[in-house]
Amino acid sequence: MFLTDLSLAYPEVILGVAALVLVVWGAFQGKSTAVFNGAAILALIVAAVVALTGPHGRAFHGGLIADAMSGFSKAFIYGFSAVAILLSDRWMARRGEAKFELAILVVLAALGMGVMVSAGDLISLYMGIELHSLALYVLAAFRRDDGKGSEAGLKYFVLGALSSGLLLYGASLIYGFAGSTQFPAIAEAVRNGADGGVLFGLVFLICGIAFKVSAAPFHMWTPDVYEGAPTPVVGFFAAAPKLAAMVLLARVLTEAFGTAVHQWQQVIVIIALLSIFVGAFAGLAQRNLKRLWAYSSIANIGYALLGLAAGGEAGTQSMLLFMILYMVDVTGFFACLCALERYGRPMETLDDMAGLVKERPGLALAITAFSLSALGLPPFAGFWAKFYVFKAAIGGGLIWPTVLGLLGSVVAAVYYLRLLRKMWFDAAPGPTDVPPLTARWIALICALFSFPVVLPALHWLEGLAQAAAAALA
Amino acid sequence: MTGILSLIVFSPLIGVAALVALKLLGQTGERADSAARWIALATTLTTLALSGLMLAQFDGSSAGFQFIEDFAAFSGIHYRMGVDGISVLFVVLTAFLMPICIAASWTSIKDRVGEYMIAFLLLEVLVIGVFTALDLILFYVFFEFSLVPMFLIIGIWGGKRRVYAAFKFFLYTLLGSVLMLAAILAMIGITGTSSIPELMTHKFDPMLQTWLWLAFFASFAVKMPMWPVHTWLPDAHVEAPTAGSVILAGILLKLGGYGFMRFSLPMFPQASEVWAPLVFGLSVIAIIYTSLVAFRQTDIKKLIAYSSVAHMGFVTMGIFSGNAVGEQGALYQMISHGVISGALFLCVGVVYDRMHTREIAFYGGLTQRMPWYAAVFLLFTMGNVGLPGTSGFVGEIMTMTGTYQASTWTALLAATGVILSAVYALSLYRRVMFGEISNPALAQINDLTWREVAIFLPLIVSTLFLGVYPASIFNITDASVQALVGAYRAATGG
Repeated sequence: MFLTDLSLAYPEVILGVAALVLVVWGAFQGKSTAVFNGAAILALIVAAVVALTGPHGRAFHGGLIADAMSGFSKAFIYGFSAVAILLSDRWMARRGEAKFELAILVVLAALGMGVMVSAGDLISLYMGIELHSLALYVLAAFRRDDGKGSEAGLKYFVLGALSSGLLLYGASLIYGFAGSTQFPAIAEAVRNGADGGVLFGLVFLICGIAFKVSAAPFHMWTPDVYEGAPTPVVGFFAAAPKLAAMVLLARVLTEAFGTAVHQWQQVIVIIALLSIFVGAFAGLAQRNLKRLWAYSSIANIGYALLGLAAGGEAGTQSMLLFMILYMVDVTGFFACLCALERYGRPMETLDDMAGLVKERPGLALAITAFSLSALGLPPFAGFWAKFYVFKAAIGGGLIWPTVLGLLGSVVAAVYYLRLLRKMWFDAAPGPTDVPPLTARWIALICALFSFPVVLPALHWLEGLAQAAAAALA
Repeated sequence: MTGILSLIVFSPLIGVAALVALKLLGQTGERADSAARWIALATTLTTLALSGLMLAQFDGSSAGFQFIEDFAAFSGIHYRMGVDGISVLFVVLTAFLMPICIAASWTSIKDRVGEYMIAFLLLEVLVIGVFTALDLILFYVFFEFSLVPMFLIIGIWGGKRRVYAAFKFFLYTLLGSVLMLAAILAMIGITGTSSIPELMTHKFDPMLQTWLWLAFFASFAVKMPMWPVHTWLPDAHVEAPTAGSVILAGILLKLGGYGFMRFSLPMFPQASEVWAPLVFGLSVIAIIYTSLVAFRQTDIKKLIAYSSVAHMGFVTMGIFSGNAVGEQGALYQMISHGVISGALFLCVGVVYDRMHTREIAFYGGLTQRMPWYAAVFLLFTMGNVGLPGTSGFVGEIMTMTGTYQASTWTALLAATGVILSAVYALSLYRRVMFGEISNPALAQINDLTWREVAIFLPLIVSTLFLGVYPASIFNITDASVQALVGAYRAATGG
């Protein structure tokens, strides 16, 4: 019994063991090396393969679920975590901060995210969230001698602790009123609609998760953390943890509260639209690209939430596809930022990007693709992401939210165009340094995925996401 | 001949690939620029030849779509291409104007020549794609992405206020088209298909039609552009380089009219009938108001830009008249305006290249130094005014005849536009061409070069040919227009 349970948790076991081995290895070695980081990446890749091909079922009294959804999400979460290590490797080394803890923290965060997407009850949900959050707090403050870095870590930690409190309070209310922490039992309790107490708890739970995905009005930490944290770490923050939290939200809302869809739908729609508009309007005032992209990610999470709010299999599928396509864009964009330096200083403001197309045509083209994609312009990946979301939303009867969401994307277009304008229309203030190879390759691959690889890729991504979404229903 | 449409649409990509290779090889300097120009010209001429081949094979007696290609992609979307009598001429018009644009930029573009040519070739792919796409999503992809090359063309190679103009152009159009996207998704949600031919026969609920019609109208009215959402056009035209203006006026504006004929009329006939008075009203305002505005302009290009808005008023009026004469006239007017307004912008480019100003007051007495140029400009001014014998006449008279049957007052008021267009066009001609040369800077200005003559020659020939032999167009469009009008009549009970 225990061994069969354990076989469902192989990805977690692999990562847990890998993290412990790496701690010992790192302690003896003292700093990170390419081999060390390579080992962490290898562990993540092995875990991803195991998660994707492993058996399905429920383990540990329903606390851990292995199904198509968890396998699909874990494969991408582990994959993007591996990319984050790859990106940090040279970046940190160039700054003389090649600390071995970074890879370990990413592996631990990935472990936590894996537990989140596999959570089958409120306890493992909380454990997963806390494990990944604690790793992320440390990662945010990884450059501890940097004032902004420490500020980012502290802000993230304090606000994160608050949101964990909200989440835990909500979870305990749900447990108190529904009588169980397990999702199927909660679903049974709310079969005829959720009563006041459970609903109250659910709203708190949603607030806690909304903080993790940086949805408005729980987004305040995002710009500061993005600005202060090391650039490759931000690329990590913006991708995998968001997917994990969205999948977790989808699982809670469909597995535990699937019958109460009309009771939570309005909450999610409001959060979604708020995020879209906060992201669009606040982004207009930003000159720092990391802050700008923070607001862009807030807006984009709004679209993902809109897909989720549509409910049903189509809604969940559209959310998954949106997140995957968005993750590629955002990773690619931060890879570009990692690659760009002028006289040894990172290029992080809009003005730094002036004339980039003459200096670094390849990277400028990649940033153009990511910006247009985030804007939602066809034929880039971001358009198809929005296509699925809006199609599901209209199918779910959310016509006005769709129209408002589309109008929000026009507002956001202004700041993406501003970036394009800087790169294409203006003259460069000076030459840029030679970009490191890894970051360039990651940017190139992500850009090629954004267009044209996305078109054939959607063929099978669509099927995978559908199978994953079907596993929840 | 299956596959010829894809060949036409994507043939400019060969040129793009060659130009990118040129970049990657690190070629710069005058020789690379020259090579880039020749590559672009050869590519666009190839596309023109291919589209000529397609036109020769086109069966004008059939109302349906021809040269159909159809492959399933993902999520129920198809790669579906085809042309009928309504779209085929736009394909040819685009392929016809593109080599002219490349030739017109031969000496005036000196900075980033390779990128400029790539932008134009991409634009050609996208615009021809819009006219040949038979799947809503495919249409939207081409339609929307065509904003990007134009944004770059205006923003990089434009005039002083190019950034403002580029942003205004992009955002106005984007705002219109996201509403269209919402409507497209709703239509796919309701019918389960994104195939344009199937949707053309689908009968939407009249109440729903209203919403869908309005959403599509938002997009196409901006593109057209109709009063009062036309304000991006003068800015974009003034700031764009000459060839950019030619494409903008000659082709991009036609996307709006094409959209009305392809989507609004056949898919939402009841709503089109209900909202026709609105369109008539806006068209009349556009014709009269923008003609008056054009008269007051001090910049030659801006004057022609406003005159474009006025001429598009005739097109929208004709389309929503809902009868065969009006539709034929609207189509004809679009083709003719594509040639004539393109030629007029090229005429402005001729003097702008020499003097680097477009102020009307700067010029005067050009007939003395540039007799050939004056003759060419006169021909196209007359075409713009709608002189019988030029192509401009046919479109105006037919749209007005068609509209007269649908709404007498609209036709009467629109007819004043013919007089007003003569007022501003002739006064422009007088101020620029006649009189003595008062500005000493003009004393040494030279007449047309051979390259410029070669550019104008095909435009002159087509203006006169279409003017005296309009049946050449109607033979191609007739069957499709009759089918469109027949379906519209049947649906509205008219």
